[in-house]
Amino acid sequence: MTGMKRNWNSIPEFYPRFDLELCDYRNGCNECARECSFGEISLQPVKGDDGVLRYRPRANHEACNACQRCVKMCPQKAITIIHRPMHSSHHYWTAEQIGNIWRQAKSEGGVLLTGSGASGPQRRYFDHILFDACQVTNPSIDPLREPMEIRRYLGSKPGRYGEDLGPQLRLDVPIMFGAMSFGALNIRVHEAEAIATEAAGTFWNTGEGGFHEKLRGYGANTIVQVASGRFGVSEDYLKSAAAVEIKIGQGAKPGIGGHLPGEKVFEGVSRTRMIPEGSDALSPAPHHDIYSIEDLRQLIFAIKEATDYRVPVSVKISAVHNVAPIVSGIARAGADIIAIDGFRGGTGATPLQIRQNTGIPIELAISAADMRLKEEGIRDRVSLVASGGIQSSADVLKAICLGADAVYVATAVLIALGCNMCQRCFSGMCPYGITTNRPGLAERIDVGEAAQALRNLLSAWSEEIKELMGSMGISAIEALRGNRDRLRGVALNTEELKILGIRHAGA
Amino acid sequence: MCGIVGIINTDKSLIDGGAIKEAIRIQNERGNGLGGGFAVYGAYPEHQDRYAFHIMYEGDRTSPVIPRVEEFLRMHAKVYQSEEIPVYPNRRIPAGPHMKRYFLKPLDEFLAPEQTEEDYVIHIVMTINSMEGVFVVSSGKNLGVFKGMGFPEDIGDYFRIEDYTGYMWTAHNRFPTNTPGWWGGAHPFTILDKAVVHNGEITSYGANVRWLEMFGYLCLLRTDTEVISYIFDKLRRRDGLGEEDACSVMAPPLWDDIDRTGNEKMRYLRQIYGSAIVNGPFGIVLTHSDGAIVLNDRNKLRPVVCARAGERFFASSEECSIRLLSPEVDRIWSPRGGEPVIIRMDGKDTPGAAS
Repeated sequence: MTGMKRNWNSIPEFYPRFDLELCDYRNGCNECARECSFGEISLQPVKGDDGVLRYRPRANHEACNACQRCVKMCPQKAITIIHRPMHSSHHYWTAEQIGNIWRQAKSEGGVLLTGSGASGPQRRYFDHILFDACQVTNPSIDPLREPMEIRRYLGSKPGRYGEDLGPQLRLDVPIMFGAMSFGALNIRVHEAEAIATEAAGTFWNTGEGGFHEKLRGYGANTIVQVASGRFGVSEDYLKSAAAVEIKIGQGAKPGIGGHLPGEKVFEGVSRTRMIPEGSDALSPAPHHDIYSIEDLRQLIFAIKEATDYRVPVSVKISAVHNVAPIVSGIARAGADIIAIDGFRGGTGATPLQIRQNTGIPIELAISAADMRLKEEGIRDRVSLVASGGIQSSADVLKAICLGADAVYVATAVLIALGCNMCQRCFSGMCPYGITTNRPGLAERIDVGEAAQALRNLLSAWSEEIKELMGSMGISAIEALRGNRDRLRGVALNTEELKILGIRHAGA
Repeated sequence: MCGIVGIINTDKSLIDGGAIKEAIRIQNERGNGLGGGFAVYGAYPEHQDRYAFHIMYEGDRTSPVIPRVEEFLRMHAKVYQSEEIPVYPNRRIPAGPHMKRYFLKPLDEFLAPEQTEEDYVIHIVMTINSMEGVFVVSSGKNLGVFKGMGFPEDIGDYFRIEDYTGYMWTAHNRFPTNTPGWWGGAHPFTILDKAVVHNGEITSYGANVRWLEMFGYLCLLRTDTEVISYIFDKLRRRDGLGEEDACSVMAPPLWDDIDRTGNEKMRYLRQIYGSAIVNGPFGIVLTHSDGAIVLNDRNKLRPVVCARAGERFFASSEECSIRLLSPEVDRIWSPRGGEPVIIRMDGKDTPGAAS
């Protein structure tokens, strides 16, 4: 029985290994210990041959998350993260499943929490979809020589000339930054998103945690959210932005609410969210004033009234089985934009089982929603925004060909700022300073550098989108929206092809 | 690659089909024998208030679909006359599908409230096109379209188009690339009085089709060109856009130009009609009862030459056809990409086209 007491179930899979030949601890370097936010690295006093006491880094074997921060920051390149499989080789009982049960069997038990988006083996449809290109009969267009237009306008549009056009969002690139709240994120990341989207002519989304006073000057490029917790919502807040988004759900946790742990609620977060410092910020699973579609309609029009019908109202839902009729209902309830967040969408904190098992892939959801709206003759009454697992400019364009007017990217934003997918966002200890406002960590984000990284990302993806369009002989991106003719599927079955509305390669 | 020719007599003087047959024949290099066709306006003056339906039936005169279609027509319209279209099989085109024409008019009492006669006729066309083994070649008043598999001059001989006269003619020589060569896939494509001959490939087809389907237009002819005639019908007849605006929807000015000129109407049109944009290389001659429009894609990826000689206007993929029709012209020019040349029977042409 003594074996139990040796904590057989709590040894982490990862630990840092130090090459002491390279390590500069002899000269007093302790960079790695300072950089590690999880407390994995401690400094061990050792007396050298000269009798002087020095502090040498040592792995604690307690908390390494393989974030690679120490590896990247070590001036001597002396650290390697070792992956130590903690299980026997078994195809069915994978390391992940064994580890989950171990964690739950430990005394603290409870619901397994994680960050980021679903990591399971489900098919990534984007990888099974390929673009067309011009050959012989149809000249491709060189984007360096000919104009290539990727501007989009989001908002409700009439079906015919002469009728009024609703308020529109002008996107100079068809990519927006998806909702990530202040509190979940460092305020500096918000500022960087605001700067980058203003420069690129697109939009970022505050998420549900309010809109910091300091950033209100970027309102023209900001979408503010109204979520079930109503954090930070006031009349000023609604009027401060270019659009208002009602958040019903998100892909990483469909059907459940949000939870910002009290550890992340510092002074600025408290003020912006309008909640006490240190208190958990809980968003209920449903909006308690929306139990049905007619209630949503009332909220949409309440927001339109509050904003004098000057800004589009978006409704964000997670992609679920019945997404097509739900989207149709939301369009008829008066939304100008509907954002659909797929199964792979990320988050700062979500129950693992929900993240891995609930919702449907965005590729199928956006296609089904687009087709349904078209069949009902109301496709242009609303703009569709796709999100959830978009990894590249090619994914952006595939989503557009499947019916999206534009996309939200969010995880890609964090990766551009250094995120290494260690999935510990909910801990508030982000070693890259992204998902934390903790003093000492938050400063790791330099606003100027971060904004430049995001501008680079947008401009790189824009150039790639133009290249892809040119190779297809398309010079205006609106000619691609829902244009499934330019796509073919590989290794997809008949049902999948039908839902995507595309033909198999070779056909 | 394809070849197109258009002849428009703005004084409505009539000419027979012999001239355009020669004009398209000398563009032989532009086709491969997998499609040719002609449209003639003014073909049926004795029936000018009735919709002239040219219908192509796969198989011969015993095709079982013929009585079904004719029963359908009788149920939905008053058919004033029905007859076989005379054909003259020759060595190059020994046989073809069975061709008939009907002169008809919908009965007012069949129209749904708010439904126009034209919408009703479109519904008839789309319903017939949805049936197996049959499709409507043309459905406009005083308009006849003759087309099929073969070089255009042979198709001309097959239908003996010199027996027809009209004030406006278009012709097409096909070199199919992205869709199969078949009788129904030859140009011109028509809906009501609008006919299109097209040289190019429409990369926006998938987006255009989906948009058109929302308004009851079904694209069933397995070729991209038909979307142009439907888009034009939707914009002009249903939504009431002027010809120039309709062209600006299909080949819009750049956003940067709209920003610079502050043309808010154009911004509005491009915003609401994004799915009607026609992308890819194209040169088209689009004809309707009151005139014609010549339009190139914005990048001018296909040739079109225009010319004016007195009351006659010509458009062609190659200048040689125009010189054949009229060695002397008042003016000959190559329109810029995306800038339409608009010809009207009343003489009020766009400035670029007048002289």
